[in-house]
Amino acid sequence: MNIFFQQLLNGLTLGSVYALVALGLTLVYGILHIPNFAHGALYMVGAYVAFYLVGSLGANYWVAMAGAALVVALLAVLSDRLIFHRLRNAPPLHDMIAAIGLLLFLEAGIQAIWGAEFHRLAPPYPQIVRLFDLVAPAQRLIIIAAAFGLMFVLHLFLTRTLTGSTIIAMAQNREGASLVGIDATKVSVLTFVISGALAAVAATLFAPINLIYPSMGHLVIMKAFVIIILGGMGSIPGAIVGGLVIGFAESFGAFYVSTNYKDIIAFALLVLILSFRPQGLFPTGARA
Amino acid sequence: MSKTWQKPLLAVLLVLAIVFPMIAANDYYIYVMSLAYIMAIAAVGLNLILGYTGQLNLAHAGFMAIGAYTVGILTVDYGVPYWIAFVVAGALSAIIGFFAGLLSLRLKGHFFSIFTLCVGFMIYLIIEKSDALTHGTVGIIDIPAPTGIGPIRFDNTWSQYYLVLFFLVVSLWLMSRIVHSLLGRAFIAIRNGEDLAETLGINLMRTKVLAFVLSTFYAGMAGALYAGFVRFIGPAMALESHTFDMIAFILVGGIGTLFGPLLGAILLTWLTQSLQFLQDFRMIVFGPLLILLVMYFPQGLIGYWRERQARRAAASMQDRRLKRSVIGSQHEVSTNA
Repeated sequence: MNIFFQQLLNGLTLGSVYALVALGLTLVYGILHIPNFAHGALYMVGAYVAFYLVGSLGANYWVAMAGAALVVALLAVLSDRLIFHRLRNAPPLHDMIAAIGLLLFLEAGIQAIWGAEFHRLAPPYPQIVRLFDLVAPAQRLIIIAAAFGLMFVLHLFLTRTLTGSTIIAMAQNREGASLVGIDATKVSVLTFVISGALAAVAATLFAPINLIYPSMGHLVIMKAFVIIILGGMGSIPGAIVGGLVIGFAESFGAFYVSTNYKDIIAFALLVLILSFRPQGLFPTGARA
Repeated sequence: MSKTWQKPLLAVLLVLAIVFPMIAANDYYIYVMSLAYIMAIAAVGLNLILGYTGQLNLAHAGFMAIGAYTVGILTVDYGVPYWIAFVVAGALSAIIGFFAGLLSLRLKGHFFSIFTLCVGFMIYLIIEKSDALTHGTVGIIDIPAPTGIGPIRFDNTWSQYYLVLFFLVVSLWLMSRIVHSLLGRAFIAIRNGEDLAETLGINLMRTKVLAFVLSTFYAGMAGALYAGFVRFIGPAMALESHTFDMIAFILVGGIGTLFGPLLGAILLTWLTQSLQFLQDFRMIVFGPLLILLVMYFPQGLIGYWRERQARRAAASMQDRRLKRSVIGSQHEVSTNA
């Protein structure tokens, strides 16, 4: 029972981090139809900014998280304005290659500044929470609470506010949205701000129980891609559900199958599902 | 490219490639050039699926690693002669490519690229984690150099250079036959528009899988040569950053052109060599280079040259037509009068 609970907690932690990253990815895909390969690099930059703010400037953990979100949001908007926006009429191949170029640049840039070695963000809450005979590290509970809180706020923003619904409208129908007077530029800036901030928050939440290194974004971004393919490209509930599915599959797979191959589970799942359903699990992509 | 001096130009290039070891200052240059050729063979293969068929396959480095590991495992652990392992490497890459293609080509556009990115990463993870088979993170060391054929030995950099050059020429010749055949036209038709290609009676799935298998065969061959040449391989060669290198070669040289990947491979390899201090950080230059290329120069060097050539031909054609029409109208006037 206790072991089962541990795996459940691990799965929930992993799943909520994946869901946050996948949410940003799916939002950008829904609006601009770009598979942003650089999203994982944004996640990585977020972790480094938080690490720098806490480690070198002695900032508070939550202040560092806000700082990282700000920096990465800015970086994401810049990448849209300077690269993706200018390529909007180019063939899709060019978007993808440009995104790869950005990914390579960010990784090499970070490596030039901080080196290739592993770093660690000191856990701000090293306590262990005990409830009856169940134990849980506080950081994991914080990750889950913060991630779900953020997802709830995002949901409210997208469905209850006018600005939020412009994003949904744009994702549903570009021409229609423009016809009713929605400013495409404003929406895409907003989308990149949200997507970058989500990536940075996810990275900062996950950093205390993980390592920080230049290629840390690779696995995360690939799993996020798996999640949004499974959940339907552009679908917000799909990203959350998909994130949790992959999180649980990994934590239980690592325990009951093999720790060595746990990272392959997500991809094996993708291959398996796409072999039977090439259109994904939710092909219509129910948006928001 | 005007046909009349295409052949002489190729002959000059070939002669240059043959005399290169004699004019190179030291063996290290020959070594670097051979590596560039091997990467070019892999990139020529990638160009078939990316440049001619229009599908961005991000698992290409994975297939190159499959070729290299086949040679490494067979020669080091099982004592199989190099050339037998070499043939098996090509065949195995193509077979795995066939199944991977069958699965991944059911997806279109972005989905295909994302899926192949995952396939490539799976190949990397499997190589890294299967200690018993692939030696895991340690990699395979002391892979034997290609065994001699008849009186020819491949035990020094010079002879290996010529061996690699031979395979490069064969792969380019074969690729030129492929892309100029009816099948090649079918690939290009798919790139230009899948719906139209299908309407023309091209079997989309079969043609795309064929392009995929051919490109993975090239990757496997390049990997097999790499294993015999560098004689040390590690799981990192399956990483997607390797595929990104090849994409950079193709884009710089000219996407969808026969010699583009080769030109790009040679140029960028020497650029990296001359920026030795940048070795680890070459992506600080390559990343923005990729972005600037797709933004302002998407056709690459050879594509640009060809476009200029075509523009000139069109201009001179128009000139001639204009003259003719002027003469014609004069003629008309005179006959009317």
